[in-house]
Amino acid sequence: MAAANTGAQRTRGSVFSSTFASSLAPWILPAALLLLWEVSARAGWLSTRVLPEPWSVARAFWTLAASGELWTHLGTSLWRAGSGFAVGAGAGLALGLLTGSFRRAETLLDTTLQMIRNIPALALIPLVILWFGIDETAKLFLLAVGVFFPVYLNTFHGIRSTDPGLIEMARSYGVSGWPLYRDVILPGALPSILVGVRFSLGLVWVLLIVAETISAQAGIGYMTMNAREFLQTDVVLVGILLYALLGKLADLASRAMEKHFLRWNPAYR
Amino acid sequence: MLLAPTYFESDLIADAPAQEQSARHADAAPLARGAPERQGVPVSISALRKSYGAREVLRGIDLQLKPGEFVAIVGRSGCGKSTLLRALAGLEQADSGSIAMGEGKADLRIMFQEARLLPWKPVLENVALGLPHALNAAAAALSTVGLGERADDWPAALSGGQKQRVALARALVHQPQVLLLDEPLGALDALTRIEMQQLIESLWLSRGFTAVLVTHDVAEAVALADRVLLIEDGAIALDLAIDLPRPRAAARGNGDNAAAFAALEQRILSHVLRAHA
Repeated sequence: MAAANTGAQRTRGSVFSSTFASSLAPWILPAALLLLWEVSARAGWLSTRVLPEPWSVARAFWTLAASGELWTHLGTSLWRAGSGFAVGAGAGLALGLLTGSFRRAETLLDTTLQMIRNIPALALIPLVILWFGIDETAKLFLLAVGVFFPVYLNTFHGIRSTDPGLIEMARSYGVSGWPLYRDVILPGALPSILVGVRFSLGLVWVLLIVAETISAQAGIGYMTMNAREFLQTDVVLVGILLYALLGKLADLASRAMEKHFLRWNPAYR
Repeated sequence: MLLAPTYFESDLIADAPAQEQSARHADAAPLARGAPERQGVPVSISALRKSYGAREVLRGIDLQLKPGEFVAIVGRSGCGKSTLLRALAGLEQADSGSIAMGEGKADLRIMFQEARLLPWKPVLENVALGLPHALNAAAAALSTVGLGERADDWPAALSGGQKQRVALARALVHQPQVLLLDEPLGALDALTRIEMQQLIESLWLSRGFTAVLVTHDVAEAVALADRVLLIEDGAIALDLAIDLPRPRAAARGNGDNAAAFAALEQRILSHVLRAHA
């Protein structure tokens, strides 16, 4: 009796510790690196010019947050990323649906779009500055152009790769026009569209960093560049970590979107 | 193999003229709910021809089906049996000849070899496809095929046989006067096939639609059909009446039936083999 009892406890204990360990395992390496960093900064092996100690980065974060400066910059950057993404991805979705669904639109537009696609968005910077100056419009334009193509290409591909068997079936069951589009073609294209959205959400931060370093009066990029001028490596690091955090959040958001919209697909459950 | 070759030639959401008629019938179908089951209609095919390039797939098919008749079409792959069925369904345009069903236009539904369920719609909404206001009728049809409890599941959660039963329910909600079956049981395992054959036979007996089944399984053709047609090189090579008592899909192994069954099956098979010897 007693032996059986301890056996059961041992099993429960090992199950608990194994799930606990497996949820903790991915964080062992980052924690060790953080510890190494702190120790080598304190021991003087790392100059604060190169890399400030983690503790001072945390302090810089706290100071910036308490003064409200951080939130202004964060808000500005989020607004830029959000509006650039909305304009670029919206246009990509609309044009992708158009060229995917209508032969004539494809003939008319696709060649041109494919040519423009081969120009890196960042190569447009000199021209964009000449066109729009260095204010918000220039940044919005860069973000929108960069984000446009992943969404456009994946939407086009998604529409074209909708299972023709399903379309044929739906038509023979009397579904046509808008209901056919809404119930068959669009949901069929959705997995591909979401791949484009996810890619674009990752790209928007990269473009934002570049756009904000052109010239800005606010934003995380501005904060970081400004701190560089004054050799505030701790603030620079806060900026870099913020970008990492925002990128991760964008990725989580797009995963949540996939989980919701593709819940019918066992691969996303 | 012949899947929608015309699909990229036109805009995706443009209507094909052949589909408009079925859309109109789909709107009218809910009114027929509660009314007595509709009877099958006669089908008349004359001098139907179809070629793909230089290859002639159908060489002047003439065929008369009585209302409510169950006809099975067998033949080797590539003999033109599927093309004939797709022409009947209006999915394929014949080069010449004519197809007439009932007076004017009949309500026709097709079951494909794959279930072709929309994976992003729950089972019940799949059954109600084309009849979005007929959810009650769809639920009733789903119960008829024995899947009433799976109404809210995703199609991905169903087995192959269950998917085909959902596809059958989807066809039945429309109360078709003609049901076309394009090898719908071809991908199922032996036991599930027999279950499906019984289900199709009993639904056909109770509802009385005209049925055309394309299959490469001669035993299945004999089990289900009033008449078995053998198509060879685009023409009807054999037209054999099957005069066995019904329901037979369930009882084909029993007593006297078994011998008659086997004899008919043998006769059709030997015809197929002789033609290629």
